[in-house]
Amino acid sequence: MKTYQEINDKISSGKAVVLTAEEIIDFVDRHGEDKALSQVDVVTTATFGPMCSSGCFLNFGQCTPKIRITDCSLDGVRAYSGLAAVDAYLGATELRINAPANLNFPGEFSFGGAHVIEKLVAGQSVELIACSYGTQEYPRRELRADIRLQDLNQAIMVNPRNCYQNYNVAVNCSDKRLYTYMGQLKPNMQNASYCSAGQLSPLLNDPWYECIGIGTAVWLAGAHGHVHAEGTQHCPSCQRAENGVPSEGAGTLGLTADMKQMSPRFVRACSFKGYGVSLALGVGIPIPILNAGILRRVCVRDRDIQAPIVDYSYDYPMKTGKVLGMVNYEELKSGSITLNGKKIPTGSLSSYSMALEIAELLKEELGAGKFLLSEPLRRLPQQQSVKNMPI
Amino acid sequence: MITKKLLLHFPTCETEKPIVYQLVKDYGLMINIFAAKVTQDQEGFLVLDITGTEEDMDRGMDYVRGFGVTIREVDSGIVHDLELCTHCGNCLSHCPTKALHIADRRSMKVEFDKTLCIACMACVANCPYSACTALF
Repeated sequence: MKTYQEINDKISSGKAVVLTAEEIIDFVDRHGEDKALSQVDVVTTATFGPMCSSGCFLNFGQCTPKIRITDCSLDGVRAYSGLAAVDAYLGATELRINAPANLNFPGEFSFGGAHVIEKLVAGQSVELIACSYGTQEYPRRELRADIRLQDLNQAIMVNPRNCYQNYNVAVNCSDKRLYTYMGQLKPNMQNASYCSAGQLSPLLNDPWYECIGIGTAVWLAGAHGHVHAEGTQHCPSCQRAENGVPSEGAGTLGLTADMKQMSPRFVRACSFKGYGVSLALGVGIPIPILNAGILRRVCVRDRDIQAPIVDYSYDYPMKTGKVLGMVNYEELKSGSITLNGKKIPTGSLSSYSMALEIAELLKEELGAGKFLLSEPLRRLPQQQSVKNMPI
Repeated sequence: MITKKLLLHFPTCETEKPIVYQLVKDYGLMINIFAAKVTQDQEGFLVLDITGTEEDMDRGMDYVRGFGVTIREVDSGIVHDLELCTHCGNCLSHCPTKALHIADRRSMKVEFDKTLCIACMACVANCPYSACTALF
């Protein structure tokens, strides 16, 4: 048994033993659980993939004369400004004003909020156009300016739903091509698309949210942030395997961090033909090895994690709940899966390679005493399901 | 018999002549066209595989040059930009020849073998990060 304080003391003195969620599997295989429990202090988990429910609060600073801002856009993408003067929230999936979207199906969706966020983090300037009704203390009614991240007072990324614990494997049972957020799905199940870092993914290594809770320190695209809330649609009451690992979507995290500290490598806009724009983010979360149970759970392997194969032509949009079959991440990562005797090539939207890179980077920071753990202020709900809309 | 992958650039005035037809009929060459494009200025680009004897190929190319067409040997013309690629692997199930593939299942990095690429453009249409682009 170790405490957060003991582990943080070791991190601060540069003596913490840190392994990635991939390395701990080999370590325990080779040296056994007892040795791992006494020697290893922290295991780093990570993921990199599109996380649509992302965005940022921006404060532009004031001009002379002052302006309130009731409506504004950045590079033509509207940011919500029903907030205090010169504050705005820019959502990742927001399209340009007058973007054709899917008017000419399938639309290209080549630019949106995610691209503005990507440009800001990369240090590029974006065009702010704002207008307002005038008041006596905020007389200005319009402005146009080129702004950069460094010019802003604050740029705080606040993401309502990141790090899905697990996810569907999407296939298409129809005879028409589908254009989805899981990429293009060829007719008659000619491909399958999955999206999880599997054995490296944060919440798959902490299936009951023992260590990852509200207040947990996270590495968000290079910045040091934290979990600010349960993610939207957090649904811990789900199908779970014997090891407790969810075999469907399940838990999610609300994450926040300072955009000014982020690295452009891990903040990447993406376009899905026929669907829309999204933002791919890199997330790393350290898990302290406090006891044997936690150690056992971070040793989860790709082959122990099951995901449901779901038809996106009918069952997903019509919410039938039908699952065509279950498959594990070892099979998914091999390049093909077999469903009802049919071999289906797989592709992924989550980058295991980038997740590995992030797990290593976080390991380096912990090893160098540059990242400290924080004990959750409150645990995430462990029993809760999602409600349907009452229509 | 030899096969060459060539990029033919047609000047403005020649885009309406059935040059490829003549290559097949008069020079006995087998043609497999990968991409053809006429620009706004009415210039033409043609990316094709030509198969035939060396002699027929030389004669055919002399005939084509006669129209002021410039010829360049090329690969598929698909560029896989490693700066933009996140190695997610979304392209893998769309690439019909496994030109885009994962060589090492531990690192899970996406690699591109140009020699296998047939420029079908599936990767260009599918990459969420625009890491795959076409030169033509």
